[in-house]
Amino acid sequence: MRVGLAIHLLRRSFGTMLGLALVAMIVALALAGPFIVPYPDDVQGAVNLTNKLQPPSAAHWFGTDEVGNDILTRVIIGARLSLLVGIAIPLAAALIGVPLGILAGTAGGGLREAIMRVTDLFLSVPGLVLAIALVAALGPGIGNAMIALILVWWPGYVRLAESKALAIREEPFIEAARAAGATQLRILWRHVLPNSLSPLIVKMSMDIGQAILAIASLGFLGLGAKPPTPEWGAMISIARGYLPDWWWYAICPGALIYASVLGFNLLGDGLRDMLDPRSNRG
Amino acid sequence: MSAPLLLAQGLTKTYALKRNRVVTAVADVDLALAPGAALGLVGESGCGKSTLARLLLRLTPSSAGRITFGGTDITHLPERTLRPLRRRMQIIHQNPSAALDPRLSAGASVAEPLIIQGLARGAALRDRVAALLAEVGLTSEFLNRFPHELSGGQKQRVCIARALATEPELLVLDEPTSALDVSVQAQILEFLETLRATRGLAWVFISHNLAVVRLLCEEVAVMYLGRIVEQGPANTVLGAPLHPYTRALLASVPRLGQIAAAAPGEPPNPAAPPSGCAFHPRCPLAEPRCRTNAPPLRIAATGHAVACHLVPGTAPAAL
Repeated sequence: MRVGLAIHLLRRSFGTMLGLALVAMIVALALAGPFIVPYPDDVQGAVNLTNKLQPPSAAHWFGTDEVGNDILTRVIIGARLSLLVGIAIPLAAALIGVPLGILAGTAGGGLREAIMRVTDLFLSVPGLVLAIALVAALGPGIGNAMIALILVWWPGYVRLAESKALAIREEPFIEAARAAGATQLRILWRHVLPNSLSPLIVKMSMDIGQAILAIASLGFLGLGAKPPTPEWGAMISIARGYLPDWWWYAICPGALIYASVLGFNLLGDGLRDMLDPRSNRG
Repeated sequence: MSAPLLLAQGLTKTYALKRNRVVTAVADVDLALAPGAALGLVGESGCGKSTLARLLLRLTPSSAGRITFGGTDITHLPERTLRPLRRRMQIIHQNPSAALDPRLSAGASVAEPLIIQGLARGAALRDRVAALLAEVGLTSEFLNRFPHELSGGQKQRVCIARALATEPELLVLDEPTSALDVSVQAQILEFLETLRATRGLAWVFISHNLAVVRLLCEEVAVMYLGRIVEQGPANTVLGAPLHPYTRALLASVPRLGQIAAAAPGEPPNPAAPPSGCAFHPRCPLAEPRCRTNAPPLRIAATGHAVACHLVPGTAPAAL
């Protein structure tokens, strides 16, 4: 019944279906990448100057770049890195933020104040700006860029988990569990966490898109992945110099970033509708 | 009276507001409940009934006073030591939809107390849960149903099964039927009454339905603004009430072809209680001394306790 309703809600919304299709496409590209790309040698930047900056053609669907690499090949392989980073950042941020948030929401008192003020401190600085400062301190590179983004990302999860936990701890079913003699830990694990999960899943889905965008931004600024690593942001960073005459060079990785961010956002929106208790109690 | 199962002495709960202001939700309440006894707690919304219920079960810490359960002083008992005693006292909430975890099936909800208290596991646990659901009139097909798939009455039955799981001696029912349809209310009340008879439960039954309290409880305590203003056998208190507030409550019960005469005015703000007797601004019989002196709870000629200057008392009430 529940599954049937979920599918019904999913089908009803064109946006969600589009999001699901885009996400499925990105995941498929990431999984099948190395097996389907037409020019595997171009992944790590083989130099083939006779073919440089060719417009889209039957041989090179998305054209070639300044050293003659097939852009389609590099964009497909880039999906793997972007998706991995896009999933890893919200996941790590949630693993740090959710326990802290639930602890803050249920414990109250001085511990809550301490956790929430540190969270506020992080949230008061624009995330990407702070991340740029952190990468500058740690040194550029995809690993450090991820660490920096995780460090600026977790406070959002603390906020969300705390507000959920605050609301849930007042529920009579929590009191019933206490009346039965449940320990604090059991209440957190068995009642508070499962009931906080829906908005967290929605936030994570949306954050995957945002994280892909953030890592591409850092790549574009030269703080993330370094060429010739086929990372979308880093590719656009170079392609910028070839605009507007060699437009396809920047457009192709740009379109992939666009599609993945849009896909995860639409999917997150759809999940929000699906997981809303008001819609699955009907 | 045999050794009381539950004894409250001078039980008080205050909440701190901003600017050093204090709200007294429950003030200086004395109660004694014998094993198997039924006490009804009545009063308007916001008079502290529910807070008192939570104080008695140590779900809220008290500000002053003492609670003794089964001979043990539980007022300041650490949660770890209190845990085995929690098995013997349970609560039924007003709104069964909120009292069940929406992520747990009916079976899992009922199993929770048994697991927490370490009373059963494995196949024995499954059998106990099925037996408990059967006792509240739910077949085993309800085991895997989730709260959103159940009706209000079914949810309250699951809550009752959960409360019974640990075989408590004391049950606190916080308006157990006020969130249910009228037809279902009768079923649940009837069921609760049989349950008490067969299991020999003691209960504190909170309600604003005086007829129900009279039916289900031998003793009644009437609360007004955190204090007990009249207490005694249900038939005396509700049959021949002495306190003007109890009379007003009884007069406000709507009857067919008659406009209910409710107590005039609104219940006072607990953050700024009236001086003297808290009821004096609404009392038709108020005298000047009611504005200045708070009347103590005293034993009246009828033998039950009442807190009113106008009722001649014989002795200070002592439980």
